[in-house]
Amino acid sequence: MGALLFFAQTIRIAIPYLFAAAGGALAERAGVVSLTLEGFMLGGAFGAVLGSYYSHSAWVGLVVGVAWGLGLATVHAVSAIRFKADQIVVGVAINLFTVGITRFFLQLAFGSSSNSPRVAGFGGEGVAGAVGFLTNPLIWMGVLVMPVVWWVVQKTTFGLRVRAVGEHPMAAASVGVPVNRVRYVAVLASGALAALGGVYLALDQHQFTDSMTAGRGFIALAAVIFGRWDPLRAGLACLLFAAAETLQIQLQAAQLIPSQFVAMIPYVLTIIAVAGVVGRSRAPAALGRTED
Amino acid sequence: MSTPLSTPLSAPHDTKAPAVRMTGIDKRFGPVRANRGASLEVRQGEIHALVGENGAGKSTLMKMLAGMFAPDGGTIEVGGRDVTGWSTAQAISAGVGMVHQHFMLVPTLTVAENVVLGREPVGVATFDAARAIREVESLCEQSGLHVPADRLVADLSVGEAQRVEILKTLYRGARILLLDEPTAVLSPPEVAELWKVLRRVRDGGATIILITHKLDEVMHVTEHVTVMRQGETVARMATRDTSPEGIAKAMVGRNVDLGVKVAHGGARAMGAPALEVKNLVVRGARVERAVNDVSFAIQPGEILGIAGVEGNGQTELLEALAGLRPAVSGAMSLGGFDITALSVRDRGDVGLSHIPEDRHRRGLILDYTIADNLILGQQHRFTSGAAIDVAAVMAHAQAKITEYDIRPTEPLLAARTLSGGNQQKVVIAREMSRQFVALLAAQPTRGVDVGAIEFIHGELRNAREAGKAILLVSAELREVLSLSDRIAVMYGGKIVTVLNRADASEEILGPFMTGARREVTA
Repeated sequence: MGALLFFAQTIRIAIPYLFAAAGGALAERAGVVSLTLEGFMLGGAFGAVLGSYYSHSAWVGLVVGVAWGLGLATVHAVSAIRFKADQIVVGVAINLFTVGITRFFLQLAFGSSSNSPRVAGFGGEGVAGAVGFLTNPLIWMGVLVMPVVWWVVQKTTFGLRVRAVGEHPMAAASVGVPVNRVRYVAVLASGALAALGGVYLALDQHQFTDSMTAGRGFIALAAVIFGRWDPLRAGLACLLFAAAETLQIQLQAAQLIPSQFVAMIPYVLTIIAVAGVVGRSRAPAALGRTED
Repeated sequence: MSTPLSTPLSAPHDTKAPAVRMTGIDKRFGPVRANRGASLEVRQGEIHALVGENGAGKSTLMKMLAGMFAPDGGTIEVGGRDVTGWSTAQAISAGVGMVHQHFMLVPTLTVAENVVLGREPVGVATFDAARAIREVESLCEQSGLHVPADRLVADLSVGEAQRVEILKTLYRGARILLLDEPTAVLSPPEVAELWKVLRRVRDGGATIILITHKLDEVMHVTEHVTVMRQGETVARMATRDTSPEGIAKAMVGRNVDLGVKVAHGGARAMGAPALEVKNLVVRGARVERAVNDVSFAIQPGEILGIAGVEGNGQTELLEALAGLRPAVSGAMSLGGFDITALSVRDRGDVGLSHIPEDRHRRGLILDYTIADNLILGQQHRFTSGAAIDVAAVMAHAQAKITEYDIRPTEPLLAARTLSGGNQQKVVIAREMSRQFVALLAAQPTRGVDVGAIEFIHGELRNAREAGKAILLVSAELREVLSLSDRIAVMYGGKIVTVLNRADASEEILGPFMTGARREVTA
């Protein structure tokens, strides 16, 4: 039973990572840096709570959350692709902007600087323990998202073009592949996917709290790098990071080691994983470059 | 879909009309007039050479034919149809395909994926990878261009990658192939293979336009040759009615010494070597032992040429010698003095000069002036107190500009504004004007025109006569053969043979360069 609980909690924690990393893998393979996953998630989380609060429907919350992700992704895509802005700078700006704008609307809509009122989520309430979360459709979507993105990248014409555009945009353009259009689609999809991660997070807690994503977007990006930009491997990395977090929660409960150290485990693991593995992996060659 | 080699010329084409006729073509890029009333006429089914010095406007002319940009004036006709100002997509669908000098291939995709990219066969809602492979394999079969369709492009040799480029154009149904310096990166057997393929494609009814610097290629494979100079078309000749000297004269506008002077070294005094390398091992970016236990010595007044297909450790060897890349093990000495642990600057101070293979990355700072580029690495010799002595720098620049005939003669122009040949002269002026014992000359004439080649070769010969030791690394086998006293071939990070000039020829060196032969010398 302990093992099952551990597994269930790992999945639960992994879902936001899986959504965000799926988006990250797609955009980065198309050559656009996904530092913005954090902002897309936070926007998605806030949108979900807004939608769910006013409609009392989690599904409406999901749609509004995804719309926030798409809106932020549009800003990112237009500045990075149309205006060829530095993607790191734009990414940082969008993340900071999202913290500010969600805080602003939190105050405006709910009159609070810390959290929203309780909103409707996707079930799971009252159903205790390991099985309850299975009634949440986002869990199922999250489990399937990586295989689907893998299939898109590896097996479809669009995926072939995404890979070509991320590696050698000039070559792709020389045979008539619409480089910018492919990148727009990839970045918008990444915004929608990462936002779903935020939607899950907010609806699972039935509220929005200020800056509630707490760096999960960056951990998802680390998972993409750790997985060498391959969606399936990135998915496994998400599960690994989630397992570390679960371990941390359980160790914390056991009070064996000072809790601050335990709380570091997922982040330290992220640093080790990225530092140790990146040396041997290779990013898409045109990542972050839009000049042509 | 296309089965290009078997389809007859499409009906609307007038078979009497030339395949390509470009007349009065003008093209400006800012202040530069790349084409000035240039013209070109190419018959159906011929191999036609387009030659000219760098900056003569050949590539510009071809890119307009391929639809990459529109001319400012003049008309372009293909098969008798006016197509002036068409787009790349229109050019491709009308059967004009360009093989670029720098490959347009995605290294992480397979051969088949690269070939079909942009025109992918679609299965049930998805990319039909199996059909792509089948189609590419049958295209390989028809054209005689053999490349494994399921291999990653990153794993291909340069020659194979080029075949993929040609397959790409054929897959799109190209009837007119434009090749921009296709042999620059190939080994002699690969070049021979390319000519075979191009002739077969031509015999299948296609027309081929070949941009090249190499006049022997023009003589060898083409029917007609068009010569450009400074944006204008200055001659159009039947190849069999002309000679390399005749073409060179048209290119430069004066007589040029193309002479392959066989070096007369050989019996030099065997004293202490000026430059010696012992059991050198160097790590590459991708390969653990990019230079794998290499040893050689160069006497004063000797040129040792290193032949080899690019990417066999030459770059790493030079970088290690120059001090830009650490040696894993082994030793290097200059005039008997161990330089293995010295910095780049200290190596320069004890007498090592270096003409880097990539003048844009290593040889020059493009946004610096000619004067500043001429003292790079020697700036500590041009100081008064803590400041740079501007007057001395300018005097030095004026002197070198005159001595090396660098044009334009304005020392305060940015290096970026010079032509390739003049940029290379700046590098050579700088490296030759310091006190040196040994010179590393990497691709010293890459991408420069025949006039500059003649000049640079003269400088290298003068340095040899002055008793300098020269290590020459070049992808141009003819250059290695014409300058070297001894020739070493590098393959897979090792020196696989060392021959005296008199014992070497393209035919003898070829198999060593491709790894087909090796005799590891002691």
